[in-house]
Amino acid sequence: MKNNNRDNKLIGAVMVVGGGITGIQAAMDLSEAGYYVYLIERSSAIGGIMAGLDKTFPTNDCAI
Amino acid sequence: MEAGRSPNIKIITNAEIKEVSGIAGNFFVKILCYPRYVDATKCTGCGVCAQYCPVTIPDPYNQNLSLKKAIDIQYTQAVPSSYSVNPDYCLFLNRKECKQCTRACQTGAINFDQKAEVSEYHVGSIIMATGFKECDAGSIESYGYKDSQNIVTGLEFERISSASGPYMGKILRPSDLKKPEKIAFIQCAGSRTQISGKSYCSSVCCKYAVKDAIVALEHEPDLDITIFFMDMRLYGKGFETFYERARKSGVTFVRSRVSEIKHDRDTEDLAIEYIKEDGTLHHDTFNLIVLPMGLEPHKENYFLAKAAGIKLNTHGFFQTGLFNPLNTIREGIYVAGGCKGPMPLPDSVMQASGAAVCASELLQKSRGALISEKVFAEEISIDQEDLRIGVFVCNCGKNISGVVDVAGVKKYAETLPNVVVSTDNVYSCSEDTQVLIKETVINEKLNRVVVAACTPRTHEPLFQTTIREAGLNKCLFEMVNIRDQCSWVHAYEKEEATQKAKDLIRMAVAKAGLIQPLAEPVIDIIPKALVIGGGLAGMTAALSLAEQGFECYLIEKTSVLGGNLRNIHYTLEGEDPKLYLNELIDKVSSHNLVNVITESEVESVNGFVGNFHTVITTGANHGTDREELKHGVIILANGAAVYEPDEYLYGKSENVLLQHVLEERIASGKFIPAEEDSVVMIQCVGSRDDNHPYCSSICCSMAIKNALKIKEINPATNVYILYRDMRPYGFHEDFYKDARDSGVVFIRYDVNHKPEVTEIDGVVCVTVNDPIINKDVVIDAKILALSTAIIPRKDEKLGKALSVTKSADGFLLESHVQLKPVDSYVDGIYICGMSQFPKPIDESIFQAKAAASQASILLARGYVKTEPIVSSCDTDKCIGCGICEYFCPYNAIKMTRINKKRKAEIVVAACKGCGVCSSYCPARAINMGRFTDEQILAQIKAFGDRI
Repeated sequence: MKNNNRDNKLIGAVMVVGGGITGIQAAMDLSEAGYYVYLIERSSAIGGIMAGLDKTFPTNDCAI
Repeated sequence: MEAGRSPNIKIITNAEIKEVSGIAGNFFVKILCYPRYVDATKCTGCGVCAQYCPVTIPDPYNQNLSLKKAIDIQYTQAVPSSYSVNPDYCLFLNRKECKQCTRACQTGAINFDQKAEVSEYHVGSIIMATGFKECDAGSIESYGYKDSQNIVTGLEFERISSASGPYMGKILRPSDLKKPEKIAFIQCAGSRTQISGKSYCSSVCCKYAVKDAIVALEHEPDLDITIFFMDMRLYGKGFETFYERARKSGVTFVRSRVSEIKHDRDTEDLAIEYIKEDGTLHHDTFNLIVLPMGLEPHKENYFLAKAAGIKLNTHGFFQTGLFNPLNTIREGIYVAGGCKGPMPLPDSVMQASGAAVCASELLQKSRGALISEKVFAEEISIDQEDLRIGVFVCNCGKNISGVVDVAGVKKYAETLPNVVVSTDNVYSCSEDTQVLIKETVINEKLNRVVVAACTPRTHEPLFQTTIREAGLNKCLFEMVNIRDQCSWVHAYEKEEATQKAKDLIRMAVAKAGLIQPLAEPVIDIIPKALVIGGGLAGMTAALSLAEQGFECYLIEKTSVLGGNLRNIHYTLEGEDPKLYLNELIDKVSSHNLVNVITESEVESVNGFVGNFHTVITTGANHGTDREELKHGVIILANGAAVYEPDEYLYGKSENVLLQHVLEERIASGKFIPAEEDSVVMIQCVGSRDDNHPYCSSICCSMAIKNALKIKEINPATNVYILYRDMRPYGFHEDFYKDARDSGVVFIRYDVNHKPEVTEIDGVVCVTVNDPIINKDVVIDAKILALSTAIIPRKDEKLGKALSVTKSADGFLLESHVQLKPVDSYVDGIYICGMSQFPKPIDESIFQAKAAASQASILLARGYVKTEPIVSSCDTDKCIGCGICEYFCPYNAIKMTRINKKRKAEIVVAACKGCGVCSSYCPARAINMGRFTDEQILAQIKAFGDRI
C-alpha cells in the first residue's frame, strides 16, 4: 500500500475517527473523491447518536 | 448504509487510536482493536445467539429504558450487521461457563479465542469526528434525576416517542407506563450555568425540545406541554417558523428559571418551583419532566488529543480557529462535527465534507492511487431468447418465515408462467446466497431475476450487482417486498400474509416478462467550475477547488473581492479579519488555476450537470463585453444584504446607525466612546417579524462584540442592548457573560411593545419597558445602533438565468436540510455562504468547503452516470403541449423543435426518474425506464388473475 511515486510521498488514504453521521459523511465524500478510507469506530457498529433519533427537523423524517 | 458497501471504505469497529507518528501526507497510526468474539464474516445477523443468551442487560440504544442480551447487535439496521459480545457481562468471559451462544449459532461465528490486537495503518491524513455526549443529568442535584423515573433526558424522550423505542411509539411515563397528561421541558439543563454543568450554550437543545414537543403532540394531541426557558434560541434556517408552529399547536412557553423539582412518592408526579422574569415564585405539577440535556465532549478526547498531538479548547472540545474551523495545530489532522463543539446536524454534515476536502487538498496528487473499482464482464445479449425467470424467496431468518409460509410460496412461484427455477434462502442478502444466485443465473441460463425479500430501497443495488456479475443487465431484475408488506404488517394473519406474498410475486413475474435491458448513459464532465460571488464563501470554495487541481472561474459583481467580510473589522474571538481577508484575496488572485473576473454578471446559463455554458457580461458598466464560459459545475455564493429599516428614526437622525456602521466608526476612530456617552443597541430590527419571519443568527453576537469593544475602549461608557431573546449560541455564550460582567445592560423588550425612539435637540431618546421592574426606562443615547436583518440579495438577472429553488424566506434552498445541506435541487449546482442563510464567518468557511467537496467529487470522477429509470419521450406521440416541462421539478425537460414541430426532449443527465412528466402527459408519450405503462398494466392484470 505504499505510494510508488518517489518524488512525492503523499499517501492516498485517510483515516476517519468516529463512525457517527459526521464520520460516515467524511468517509463517503473521501471514497467518492478517490481516497481509500479507514473508518474507525469505538463501539460495535457505526451510526452514532443519529441512529437513536426518532425524527429530524423540519420534515420530521425518520432519522435512519 | 452505503458506507458499508463501498469497496474503498474499511470499517474497523471496537477500535481506538493509540499513537500517531509521521507528518502530514504520511502518517502511521497505531490502532487497538478489541475483540467482538463474533466472526463478522460468518455472522448472518439471525439473532439466535441472543435468544439463547441468559444474561439480560439494559439497552443503551434505548437509553437503558429497555433490556437486551449480553450478545447482541446495537440496533436492527446496524452496520456491520454482525452481533458482538459485551465482555463486561458475558458469563463465559467472566466466569468461564455458559457458551450457550456458541452452541446456538448455526454458522459457527462465535469465537471466544479472539484477542485485542494492535495494528498499524499508513494514511495521508486523519479526520477526527468522535462526536459529543449528553451531559450527565444526575449532576444537577436540585432536579433529582436519579430519584424519579419520570424525569427523563431529551435522548431518553427521543426513544420514548420512537416507534422502534421501548414503548413502540406510545408516549408513556416510565414509572407506571401510563400516559402523562402534563409534560414539562426544562431548558438549559447542564448548559449556560456556572454551577452544575457547562458555561456554553449547547446550541441544539431549544431546537430539539421544540421538535420533541411537536412530535409528542402528533402522537397525542391532547397532551399539555410546557417549555420552561431562559431564551428560546431558534436561530438558523426555518427554526423560527418551527417555533411558531409549536406555539400554534398549543405548547406553552414560560420564560423562567426552574430552581427545584420535588418528587411525590405516592403519585410519582413532579412538583416544580420556578422563578419568572419579574422575580415572582411559582409552582406547578407535572406527570413527566423532560430535561433536554446539553452536550459535552467525550472524556476520551483528552487521550485522543494526546495520541494525535492536537489541542483541546478550555471546554474539552478539539480546538480550531475562526478562519480555520476544521484545522488542528497539526497539519494533516482535521476535525469535524460535535467533537469540536455543540452544533446541529447539518453543520456536522457540512464540516464532514469540509474536512474531507481539506484532506483532499493535501493529498490531491495521490488521488485515486489506492482505490479500486469493480470491473464487470460484458453483458449477455438476451435479444433472441425465450423468457427464463428465476425466483428467489427469502426467509430472512425468522423475520419473514415466522409469518409467511416461505416453502409454500417458493412452490407456488414454480407454477407461474416462464419461471424455470425457484429457491428459498435463509438470508438472500448473505454472501453465500449471492454466489448461489450467480451460479443459478449461469447454470439455468436465466434472463430475468425476481427476488422476494425485504425492501428494494436498501437491498436492490446488492442484487443488481450480483446479477450484473453473472452477466445480466441490472435492469433485468424485479424485487418484491414480502417483509414490510407481508410478514410485518400482517404478523397475526399468517394465511393472508402468505397469500399476499404469492399475489405480489405473481405480479412481479408478470412484469418481469416485459422488462428490457436498459443502458446507463455516461456523460463526460468539463473539469472546470464556475463560482458565482467573490465574498468569503466564494473565494474559499474557489481556492479549495484550485488547491485540488481543478480550474475555476470566480466571478464577482463589484470591482473588488471580499464581499461582506470587508465590513468586519474585529472579531469576538480576537482573530484579525482584515489580515485574513487580504491573505485570502492574495492567494485567490495569484493562484494559476483561479480565473478571477470582477465587474461581471451572469447573463444566461444553459446546459446541465457536467456541461454548463454560461454567458457573462464584463466591464465597468456591466454589459459591454460578453464572454462564454464552459464548465461542469456551479457554486453559488452570491451572499446576502443588510436590511435597511424605516423605523427607529433610521435615515432621519444621523445618530441612528446600522450595527456594522457603528463597527466601522469604532474601528476607524470616528467614534471614540466617552464617559458620559450612552450607546443603545436594538436587536431583531426587521428580523422575526412578518416581513422576515426568521432569526438572522449573527446579530446578537455582533452586538455583544461591539458592546465589548466599546467597554474595552472606555469602561465608563454606558451600553444598553435591547433584545427579544439573546441568542449568542455555542461558545459565544461566554462572551455574553463577559458583556454582562463588564457592565453592559441587557433589557428585554416584547415584540408587541417595541422601544420608542424620538429625537429632541439632536439627542436620541429611547424608551423601553423593562419587564424585570415592569417600568418604562428612558435612555438618552449618543448613538442608537440597529441590529437589522440579513436579507436575501435581490438579483433578478441571476435569478432568471439560473432557476435555482428558493425557500420561503428567499434564501437558496438546499435539497435536503439535514443530509444534503450544500446541494441545490439542480444537479451540479451547489450553494454556500450567506446566500443559503445568514451565518458567521466559520460557518461560511466550512459550508464553502463542503460545497467544494461535493463539486470536486463530480470533477474528479469526470463523468456522470445516469440512472436507467429516467424518462423517455416518444416524439411520434408527443403533441408538444409542454405540460411536462412545466411540471418537471429538475429542469430535465426542454421543448425543442423537430421538423418544425414542438416536441419534448429529456435531458437525461438531469432526470431523477420521479415520473411526474409521465403521469401528466396527455398523449402518453412519456414512459419511465423500468416502469412503463405496459409493465404496470401487466402487473395490475396479474393481480386480478387470482379472482
